Amino acid sequence: MMARSVCSLSGTLKLALSNQLTRVYGAAPQRYKSTYITIPPPARYGGRHTVTLIPGDGIGPELANHVCELFRFCCVPVDFEVVNVDSSMASEDDIDNAIMAIRRNGVALKGNIETNHNLPPSYKSRNNLLRTTLDLYANVMHCQSLPGVRTRHRNVDIVIIRENTEGEYSSLEHENVTGVVECLKIITKAKSLRIADYAFRTARAKGRRLVTAVHKANIMKLGDGLFLECCKEVASGYPEITFDSMIVDNTTMQLVCRPEQFDVMVMPNLYGNVVSNVCAGLVGGPGLVPGANYGEDYAVFETGTRNTGKSIANSNTANPTAMLLASCLLLDHLKLHAYASMIRRAVLSILTETQLHTADLGGKGSTSEVVQSVMNAVQSTGPQTLSI
Amino acid sequence: MAAHTAVMSMSKILNPFWGGRLGHTVKVRLVIMYEMLILQPPPAKYGGRHTVTLIPGDGIGPELLNHVREVFRFSCVPVDFEVVHVNSALESEDDINDAITAIRRNGVALKGNIETKHTMAPSVKSRNNLLRTSLDLYANVMHCQSLPGVQTRHKNIDIMIIRENTEGEYSSLEHESVTGVVESLKIITRNNSLRIADYAFRLAREKGRKRVTAVHKANIMKLGDGLFLQCCREVASDYPDITFDSMIVDNTTMQLVSNPQQFDVMVMPNLYGNVVSNVCAGLVGGPGLVPGANYGRDYAVFETATRNTGKSIAQRNIANPTAMLLASCMMLDHLKLYGYASMIRNAILTTMNETRLHTADIGGQGTTSDVVQSIMRIIQSKGPLISEL
Repeated sequence: MMARSVCSLSGTLKLALSNQLTRVYGAAPQRYKSTYITIPPPARYGGRHTVTLIPGDGIGPELANHVCELFRFCCVPVDFEVVNVDSSMASEDDIDNAIMAIRRNGVALKGNIETNHNLPPSYKSRNNLLRTTLDLYANVMHCQSLPGVRTRHRNVDIVIIRENTEGEYSSLEHENVTGVVECLKIITKAKSLRIADYAFRTARAKGRRLVTAVHKANIMKLGDGLFLECCKEVASGYPEITFDSMIVDNTTMQLVCRPEQFDVMVMPNLYGNVVSNVCAGLVGGPGLVPGANYGEDYAVFETGTRNTGKSIANSNTANPTAMLLASCLLLDHLKLHAYASMIRRAVLSILTETQLHTADLGGKGSTSEVVQSVMNAVQSTGPQTLSI
Repeated sequence: MAAHTAVMSMSKILNPFWGGRLGHTVKVRLVIMYEMLILQPPPAKYGGRHTVTLIPGDGIGPELLNHVREVFRFSCVPVDFEVVHVNSALESEDDINDAITAIRRNGVALKGNIETKHTMAPSVKSRNNLLRTSLDLYANVMHCQSLPGVQTRHKNIDIMIIRENTEGEYSSLEHESVTGVVESLKIITRNNSLRIADYAFRLAREKGRKRVTAVHKANIMKLGDGLFLQCCREVASDYPDITFDSMIVDNTTMQLVSNPQQFDVMVMPNLYGNVVSNVCAGLVGGPGLVPGANYGRDYAVFETATRNTGKSIAQRNIANPTAMLLASCMMLDHLKLYGYASMIRNAILTTMNETRLHTADIGGQGTTSDVVQSIMRIIQSKGPLISEL
């Protein structure tokens, strides 16, 4: 406590003296929260973490149940606080409760919440609301060719970092003249710098050599031009990492012909959506890739391609791999690395057994079979589990 | 086709039975069809020879278009080219305005891609975009087919992509009201959406296609893409023989990569069209193989589908001429010179599939001139009338 108050005093002095200093965006930006506001403590009591769980719609609830089952089996010290969000209601109370729970716990695991097209346009996408309110500015998706899954492309290893809060997803549209709709796509300097910085820091942390910015600046000169400029500015602060840029149409074509050329990719929201789905398709489909949304203070984990999977809900045919790997990312974030690697190893070893592949990978296995096998694999390698 | 629908539409207008029962959509579509009837500019044809505007563009454009001229002269195709150069380095719009006037005069054009330099001021608009919007070339049609002689990871692909070409994200309307915050406007209008949907369904019917898929992102852009989707549904109700469904763009791109054989005809706004057409071009073998066409009410401009300048391979004799030559065949089809079109197309496909003379982009070692020579040899051996090699 004494140390913290001394720190805050020096922090206040620094602030008072540094008013004239300008920030340089070449290096990693300081957290703009001053040191006298405490960073929230992790939701951890008695060594057990509390994590918000939002089941969502479609295949979300059943996969979330499997995750809970697996965690209980492996004695992972995580308790889930389940918050249900009803996508058919027009009021925003449900999603506000979920957001409050995530603020309280700091971390969440979620299924996709359906956005019904038949509701009026004033009804905003719940997933989008969650991301923008919590300012989860970076969506990170790591697409890797997994052993045991046969795909047309081999040796794919791409990290996609997608701006998650602005761009085409601003939900700002109007119809001034009947029959003419204007949608606003917003690109700001601050957020572009932030995401570019996140991308380069992540690339450095993972030892990656190349960052590619994906844009359409030949047409959207101001918008994507600004994004590209921000990426270039940040790139100058990371001389060991090569930076190049590529127009989105060429990118998607190159991804289909030669995906091995890409390493880390950073891009605005809509291109990120398309490119991440293309990459998910390249490595084997939506059932295999986990995704993470990181903000300044919060982290939310989900499947990479955010599918509700309504058509396969409750039929025990969904592929649980994406959700299980997302829960491993969650455990890594909570610094429970041992549990994370234990579960991840088990999941990847199960993937190599083709008779357990679910329908999306061309097999006949069911979700529960896959989860049972993962639990068996964990039991045979792990030190301590509940009996099945 | 235009004359047929025009006659039908005239009879509908004159028929008093329909009087006040026409809905808004039907009235709009009748107006479109009526306009098609009254404004049909005469073809630029004199003495049996057509005149076509040729815009070489930048990068590989000039060399490929030279090859096209060579093949046409060799095959005695009755087409004369009026060449209009557009300098992409200049800021003034005179060059592109001259090109547009030439296309208005001739009605048809064949073009290479004109480079848009990022380093120039944002007020310098993309020349290609200017051309498309001034001439109102509202439909971009791309037919992606797996060619038997080309090795690809996916087989049996046969997708027609119809992309709205004039509005959407390419409106070039951007502003920076607050420093550091840029707003780009994406415009979707009811008229243009109805028009492109109508074009897609008419084309599908003409070609005997069974299914049209609209690609959108209406869960996020509810008003914009919601309007587009609604227009497609309205038009679909008039074509009961064709199945209509819709798919969100992210799912579409993923399905294209896993299972492209499920798609038949796809219709979409401008930006999604750009991405989806490039993905499909990648699936069938790359940018050097697919031709594209831009159709408007009165004009048609033909080019390669993925609109690459190919600056890095310019002047090296390694570019793949297939896309540009197939585009010139599409142009001949448009000019109703079907005999010449099929002759050249057969020669191209024979070179691709049987002789297997491939350029570097599809994994071969041939040069551009080798491929063109081979095509001309095949034309010589099959065609009745040619000039000396």
